Amino acid sequence: MGSITLKQVRKAFGEVEVIPGVDLDINDGEFVVFVGPSGCGKSTLLRLIAGLEDVSSGTILIDGQDMTEAAPVKRKLAMVFQSYALYPHMSVRKNIAFPLKMAGMPADEQARRVGHAAGILNLTDYLDRKPGQLSGGQRQRVAIGRAIVREPVAFLFDEPLSNLDAALRVNMRVEISELHKKLATTMIYVTHDQVEAMTMADKIVVLRAGRVEQVGSPLDLYRRPANRFVAGFIGSPNMNFLEGEAAAKLNAHAIGVRPEHFQLSTTDGMLAGTVGVAEHLGSDTFLHVTLDGGTHVVARASGEFPVDHGDRIWLTPAEGRIYRFDQQGLAL
Amino acid sequence: MATKHQKTLARFMVAPSVLLLLGWMIVPLAITLWFSFQSYNLLSPGMERFIGLTNYKYFLSDPAFWQAMANTLMIVGGVLAITVIGGVVLALLLDQPIRGQGIVRILMIAPFFIMPTVSALVWKNMFMNPVNGLFAWLAKAVGAQPIDFLAQYPLMSIILIVAWQWLPFATLILLTALQSLDSEQMEAAEMDGAGAWAKFTHLVLPHLSRAITVVILIETIFLLSVFAEILVTTNGGPGYASTNLTYLVYSQALLQYDVGGASAGGIVAVILANIVAIFLMRMIGKTLE
Repeated sequence: MGSITLKQVRKAFGEVEVIPGVDLDINDGEFVVFVGPSGCGKSTLLRLIAGLEDVSSGTILIDGQDMTEAAPVKRKLAMVFQSYALYPHMSVRKNIAFPLKMAGMPADEQARRVGHAAGILNLTDYLDRKPGQLSGGQRQRVAIGRAIVREPVAFLFDEPLSNLDAALRVNMRVEISELHKKLATTMIYVTHDQVEAMTMADKIVVLRAGRVEQVGSPLDLYRRPANRFVAGFIGSPNMNFLEGEAAAKLNAHAIGVRPEHFQLSTTDGMLAGTVGVAEHLGSDTFLHVTLDGGTHVVARASGEFPVDHGDRIWLTPAEGRIYRFDQQGLAL
Repeated sequence: MATKHQKTLARFMVAPSVLLLLGWMIVPLAITLWFSFQSYNLLSPGMERFIGLTNYKYFLSDPAFWQAMANTLMIVGGVLAITVIGGVVLALLLDQPIRGQGIVRILMIAPFFIMPTVSALVWKNMFMNPVNGLFAWLAKAVGAQPIDFLAQYPLMSIILIVAWQWLPFATLILLTALQSLDSEQMEAAEMDGAGAWAKFTHLVLPHLSRAITVVILIETIFLLSVFAEILVTTNGGPGYASTNLTYLVYSQALLQYDVGGASAGGIVAVILANIVAIFLMRMIGKTLE
């Protein structure tokens, strides 16, 4: 079991209020991603749940029990750190066995669990190496292994992939998702990368300045962003925003159109502009277009789209794919 | 990495300094070795002659020699034990966030800047003096008999004085090592259920092992030749109770004017230092892998 409930959790460092009060329900077995720009308090929120920071006020329930004041180990959560935080002088085997040793588990049970975790994570051949002799991806797996053996009620990941190169990151992303399916344990995952959030999450929590902007499934957030911030944060490349005349026509302060929801034409359309940089990726073409009003937008054409720098282009937002926002940035 | 050409060039470039250092070391060593085979007493000039190993025979069979040897090792061992253990404890304390941290740290380092003769005299006259010393005053305040440290426990007193001088050095090195310990590792250990003691033995001590090795190595080099503290406090006495090898060689040469015997003693000290060095190198080899 691993349900976690936050009730009015508030955290202030001295005068600075980092998290002004968060309510959140995390169900058992869910993969929840906290996402937001750097400094939005997502890591702090994770550390509050882990017990590495004390909450200023509010309640944290784990499996229905009040764990607000409990020591980290009592919460039965396992954490994977950004720097992996492996113990450098211990072998991989000892690293993974460390939490079990601290719990005073008998040696044969320790060995069994370490062997099992190593099997899941393909670490069997590396058990006697030191962390310094491993690659980044392997270290990451050791850190996960150290978390798995404790059989925690939930896993906490603090930007675990940010130290890996792009190709490895994609691999590890898939591995972690696979692991979640295999273990079916609650996972809370912090990242600033919305692609990781979209691909891995059952539920995304978008944070800004310590406030929860929106909670929902990835496609919920993509289809129905609650406000302009979420709309701009989720989706890659970012949503384009148009203000002024174009928005006024639709009775909104601003309208948003995702790059993939423009229909492109070299002859006519709703919005006229000039092509700036054109990124030809083969499968897609991203066009950076300066509209006649001066607004800069990005449009995606699937496949190849033969235009060059300086060409004229017309963009038409797809029907029903225009997001409207009011003065405060809330979706209409 | 470097090409063969670069390596040859590099050897030529470092050759002058290597030769200079070699000469610097070899010449005094050779002269000492030469004197150690001579009957050479300053009181009977012009009577120098080759007497083979006689100087060594006398030096090694001198009852003072074995005591000096034991005292030398006691001083090294005692001071190392106090400074390493005390250094770890102080480093852990100084690593805590406290008000006035900067001033506390400077005060902590201060003893290291005081020259050995001065600090030994301060200890001798202001602390350990059985009449006017602070310890005597404290003893009298609780109605106890003051202890005459330098007469009753001469070797322990010397160890205490030298340890006081070297404690800041150990603390400083260990403190910097402590500060390089990754805080996420400590947090990970906390999540893994390690208590304060388990964190200390499983994370902090292994992390400090390299720094401790460095402290032991550097201190040993200097502690084998403690001299000033002995000269200004006990003069090696009472009897030979606080004479170490260095002081024995000094008394042989400059109190008994026996240059030949002192040289033999010097060579014995060199051999001792080398034996210690071999052990230390093995130890370092293990920690640095």
